[in-house]
Amino acid sequence: MRELVILSGKGGTGKTSLTAAFASLAQNNVICDADVDAADLHLLAQPEVKATTDFMGGGIAEIVTDSCIECGTCREVCRFDAIDESFTVNPISCEGCGVCVDMCPEGAINFPPQKCGEWFISDSRFGPMVHARLGIAEENSGKLVSLIRKEARELAEQKGHDLLITDGPPGIGCPVIASISGATALVIVVEPTVSGIHDMLRVAELAKHFQIPGMVLVNKFDLNQELTASIEQEAAKLNMKVLGRVPFDTIFVKSMVKGVNIFEYEEDSPTLQAVRGIWEKIVNAPVLNNMGVVDLKATIQ
Amino acid sequence: MIISVASGKGGTGKTTVSTNMALAIDRDVNFLDCDVEEPNAHLFLNPEIEKSELVDTPVPKVNLELCNQCRKCMDICRFNAITVVGEKVLVFSELCHSCGGCMLVCPEGAITEIGRELGTIEYGKTDHITFTHGKMRIGEAMSPPLIKEVRKSVNPEDLTIIDAPPGTSCPVIAAINGVDFVLMVTEPTPFGLHDLKLAVEAVKLLGIPSGLVINRSDLGTRDVYDYAQEQNIPVLLEIPFDRKIAETYSRGKTIVEAMPEWTDKFQKLFYDIEQIVES
Repeated sequence: MRELVILSGKGGTGKTSLTAAFASLAQNNVICDADVDAADLHLLAQPEVKATTDFMGGGIAEIVTDSCIECGTCREVCRFDAIDESFTVNPISCEGCGVCVDMCPEGAINFPPQKCGEWFISDSRFGPMVHARLGIAEENSGKLVSLIRKEARELAEQKGHDLLITDGPPGIGCPVIASISGATALVIVVEPTVSGIHDMLRVAELAKHFQIPGMVLVNKFDLNQELTASIEQEAAKLNMKVLGRVPFDTIFVKSMVKGVNIFEYEEDSPTLQAVRGIWEKIVNAPVLNNMGVVDLKATIQ
Repeated sequence: MIISVASGKGGTGKTTVSTNMALAIDRDVNFLDCDVEEPNAHLFLNPEIEKSELVDTPVPKVNLELCNQCRKCMDICRFNAITVVGEKVLVFSELCHSCGGCMLVCPEGAITEIGRELGTIEYGKTDHITFTHGKMRIGEAMSPPLIKEVRKSVNPEDLTIIDAPPGTSCPVIAAINGVDFVLMVTEPTPFGLHDLKLAVEAVKLLGIPSGLVINRSDLGTRDVYDYAQEQNIPVLLEIPFDRKIAETYSRGKTIVEAMPEWTDKFQKLFYDIEQIVES
């Protein structure tokens, strides 16, 4: 089982559009949307949901007013200022540590587990799909990401598929760490802007920290060719394979409006050729083929 | 007054809007870049950094000579960050939420606290802008504690503009909780609309007034406009797609620098927000 995770550090560089494009070129694959915070892949994949499961997170403190003697212990032990003077818990501030629950001399604090979101197993035009929806303002996005990646791997094994393509979240924090641990390789989508390069370097450092090989592609490269060249130099310095360049093209917005991926939107264009060329490089990259065997079947469409 | 610039979807133009607004207005501003995972505002504001501080969060340290393996620490920890194995106590500090529960319940006083580095906060200045940003340590998972630290750095007399991280979960909440206004930036595409709806839900949950900037306003559909109208969210500024703006951004230059005719629009954006907050 090989897992390719599409990342970027900076948001809005084209992760999801390219994930959908790659998924339509790949065969025998499962797709996973690990951006559980603002999941968008389903808008292109239009999956048919087969199974929905609640995602339960930790507890949140709830003071039972009738049993509370207002001794103030809970307010003293809470490090998150989550309990106000009238002994009401602010669920947004509550970290779910349960220290007040254990310390309350009257046992007056309940700790009901919270439903933090839902996750889905679906069928889509690009293969079976595992995705999720984290509740608004919820924590535990890392846990949900780990869970759906595990489910996606199991689903792929069940179906006899050997490739998992995962659309990752932006940033470098908990959901990103959860989406790359144990992955085979990362594809980092960079835009040629000062922010794009800055954020790529931080993701590259994270990849190094977790010892996961990275590959880099520059999207919207024609917005700044000079920076495109520096991104490719930086990538090479970091031992990351340079996969190629995709031009700025309104086809990404147009196909998104139609709810399709770019290969479904039109037959042929320089952009499509560029993306196809990049996909060939990805599937044939040594990191995905540790025996050094070129994956001809996956290359030829 | 505190204004947070947020968006569900990443890359819609939060940093563009927050930096240009900060530069356009003619009064002192605290600018806080709370996107501590990927802070970018400094690339556009170029503040002179005057001070840099390491920030850490307390995590337990166990003195095994005092420990009698009673396991109370392990029982209270909801995050599986401390566990007793035979005579040893293992601390998984990266899982620790710094609640202090283990130290509190240890009957032997065997637990003290040491710091886990969250990242760095840098303080600087440029013209009328007092600048602060947090840079999360690579490998650190939790950004909210660092965001909360960055937010402490304000002169309450002055206006504060916060550049928030993308998404709708805990880091965003840490960057918008308790502010006076949330300015949401979106693009009129299906992804933009979908993620805007999530951001609107988060803002409503917190009960904060909000307004909308539509970026690349001519690339997409009218759906975002219809949604804004339906939800009674005022559209305060539209920025059309313009290759010149995109190229300006790519080089780390702001719109108001490269195209001064935009200064008035960003000023008006701020005055409109001020009016909404005061009414």
